[in-house]
Amino acid sequence: MEHCAACGTPEQAAALKAVIEGSRSTPGCLMHILQEAQGIYGFLPIGVQKTIAEGLGISLSEVYGVVTFYSQFSLKPKGKHRISMCLGTACYVKGADKVLEAIEKEIGIKCGECTEDGLFSIDSCRCVGACGLAPVMMVGDEVYGRLTPDSVKTILEGYKKEEA
Amino acid sequence: MTVQELDVIRQKKHELIEVRRTEKDQSEEVRRIIKEQGDKLAEVTGYRKQVLVCGGTGCTSSHSAKVIAQLEESFKELGIDDVLIVKTGCFGLCALGPIMIVYPEGAFYSQMTPEHAKTVAEKHLVKGGEIVKELLYKGTVHEDGSIIPFAETPFYKKQMRIALRNCGVIAAEDIEEAIAAGDYQAIEKVLTTMTPDDVIKEVLDSGLRGRGGAGFPTGRKWMFAKASAGDIKYVCCNADEGDPGAFMDRSVLEGDPHCVLEAMTIAGYAIGAHQGYIYVRAEYPIAVERLKIAIKQAHEYGLLGKNILGLGFDFDIEIRLGAGAFVCGEETALMTSIEGHRGEPRPRPPFPAVKGLFEKPTILNNVETWANINPIIMKGAKWYSSIGTEKSKGTKVFALGGKITNVGLVEVPMGTTLREIIEEIGGGIPNGKKFKAAQTGGPSGGCIPAEYIDTPIDFDNLVAIGSMMGSGGLIVLDEDTCMVDISKFYLEFTADESCGKCTPCRIGTKRLLQLLTKITEGKGEPEDLTKIEELAEHMKSSSLCALGQSAPNPILSTLHHFRNEYEDHIYNHHCTAGVCKALLSFTIDKEKCIGCGMCAKNCPVSAITRTDYVAPGHKLASFEIDTAKCIKCGVCQSNCKFKAVERK
Repeated sequence: MEHCAACGTPEQAAALKAVIEGSRSTPGCLMHILQEAQGIYGFLPIGVQKTIAEGLGISLSEVYGVVTFYSQFSLKPKGKHRISMCLGTACYVKGADKVLEAIEKEIGIKCGECTEDGLFSIDSCRCVGACGLAPVMMVGDEVYGRLTPDSVKTILEGYKKEEA
Repeated sequence: MTVQELDVIRQKKHELIEVRRTEKDQSEEVRRIIKEQGDKLAEVTGYRKQVLVCGGTGCTSSHSAKVIAQLEESFKELGIDDVLIVKTGCFGLCALGPIMIVYPEGAFYSQMTPEHAKTVAEKHLVKGGEIVKELLYKGTVHEDGSIIPFAETPFYKKQMRIALRNCGVIAAEDIEEAIAAGDYQAIEKVLTTMTPDDVIKEVLDSGLRGRGGAGFPTGRKWMFAKASAGDIKYVCCNADEGDPGAFMDRSVLEGDPHCVLEAMTIAGYAIGAHQGYIYVRAEYPIAVERLKIAIKQAHEYGLLGKNILGLGFDFDIEIRLGAGAFVCGEETALMTSIEGHRGEPRPRPPFPAVKGLFEKPTILNNVETWANINPIIMKGAKWYSSIGTEKSKGTKVFALGGKITNVGLVEVPMGTTLREIIEEIGGGIPNGKKFKAAQTGGPSGGCIPAEYIDTPIDFDNLVAIGSMMGSGGLIVLDEDTCMVDISKFYLEFTADESCGKCTPCRIGTKRLLQLLTKITEGKGEPEDLTKIEELAEHMKSSSLCALGQSAPNPILSTLHHFRNEYEDHIYNHHCTAGVCKALLSFTIDKEKCIGCGMCAKNCPVSAITRTDYVAPGHKLASFEIDTAKCIKCGVCQSNCKFKAVERK
């Protein structure tokens, strides 16, 4: 478990260990372990990947290959408020790209980045399935629909105030 | 649980559910009870009224949970204890959520807020209360003030709900309601009266084709898997609904998860499998949660696990979460992903029915396909095959999205025309805009232009006009959509989602995207269209899986139906829809400009300055745009009250 010392607390390391022990005998458990690990750490630093590789007796390259294949897994930390703008078709034809521009302008970073203070990160996603409310974004688990470049500004100002 | 015990549960809540079927589906007996109303209904069902609130993703996003919380609070305050609150799955009309229906009246309230819920509780749900007309869905209130049953409104009238039969009818997290609504009746019938061959024959004869995209006959898949040797086989459910804009699978899982569990068990019995996997997108938290609850409940009731219904058949189901990879919707890639690897497709043959998950014979069907199994078993292949067209039987669920009034989920018989779906059910295009095309099949499909609006929709007709059914996303495009831009949008998607295993797809999508980007930036050359067509053909014939084989479809279909738009971009550097920014130019008509300066004040890059020309009749000098500085954002145009800013 020594790899994790550099990238998390002892509690996190213990939680990860428990996940690995609990699922290692299930066929095809790697994805599940990675999902749990990301839940514990918020992202998947290389140390965590090494721990998982050792725990399962597979190579780090195999773990890394899976991590980088799926868009849900992240090698970088995300912000406290994870903004995820839907760029699915229904949102796109209703101007999601303009809303995303407005978000980037308001937060001052580009899509895929995280602010230096670690408060906000912006990502795009492919359809959260709330097409009836298009265009849609998620901030954390909260869904905001029927967005316009103006309304998104107001919503994000609310989050900023909360942090100020 | 035994068959007899199952029957007791079915009877227990039977009337409760029957009251909620829309009028045309209700039995005579229930209609009579409802007519007599009041105490009689409470006596039979236990409740005077039932309030159904949608708890699907759409309505949850528009805060239906707050509506439920308010109802509960109001009930406490008002001492209402004989009205049942039911959190259901999707009613379909997502654009007007949160939606709430009160039975037995069938009063359809839309766009509810906690305040509205309070009003409805106080005025309608109390004893002797009356429907609050102002809060009803406008489509259900006639001009003269009379109320139309929602089943008679244009949105619902032409629909036929088979796969969605229980969505928005039952409490999605209550197995007893699911049983009372008919779930698990088919597994009982199968295990007590049918052989595996009978089951396969019924599915085969029904003409059911896979609803995931390709439309392969479901019964054939089952037949192949049964014929494969081996004592370990698997049944998989594809709930990795990756086509952006399609959300029917999610709605079925959120509204009636048990119908999927039951159907997979039936398939297990038919092909000789005892283990099932549901591969579901992690982006669907509500669906995943409801599936988990459903599996747990099915275990508790002896409807899943060892010795189902005491009839000697074992079957279990596990959930596997996807992690955001479109290619995992492809069957072999999905299986590789369940095995815990990078979700890359495998060459076929061997087909999964011979060598699939963990190298064992496997069948994979998508959620909507599974949702059709119970009705086929219960009502028979003959009934099912009487619905639809010659080669496409049954119904299809479409997720209506884009530039359409009634955004939502609809289920119609195969063979319904696009016009009926868009103009009647969908309520047409908002803001008086013109219909330009409908996109079906997502990133693997194509666009159907306005001249084909009367085509009856089924698997084969859509292919014939250059699109495909896909999973059923139907995005409506109006005159403000640029067809080159929409192709580019899909290519960005497929280039991003290409898994990289085979060269035609990995490089092909990138190159196609480059060519399209070039055209949208006004740098297109005449030979680019030939290059696109040539490359597209190579990709179609040589990519490993359906992702690469179908990635060129959005371009080929738009190129076929809207070639003039591509040519306009290339030859005239002009984008009629005004979407491709690089091709736009903004100018100020100096005769119309009154010199107010609103444009200059709002210009984010200070590209607008005052000239010294004063137009006749005006007092101030007009403005002009420095095209070198202009970023073509269009802010000047939207701020000019005098229509002096022109976009070309």
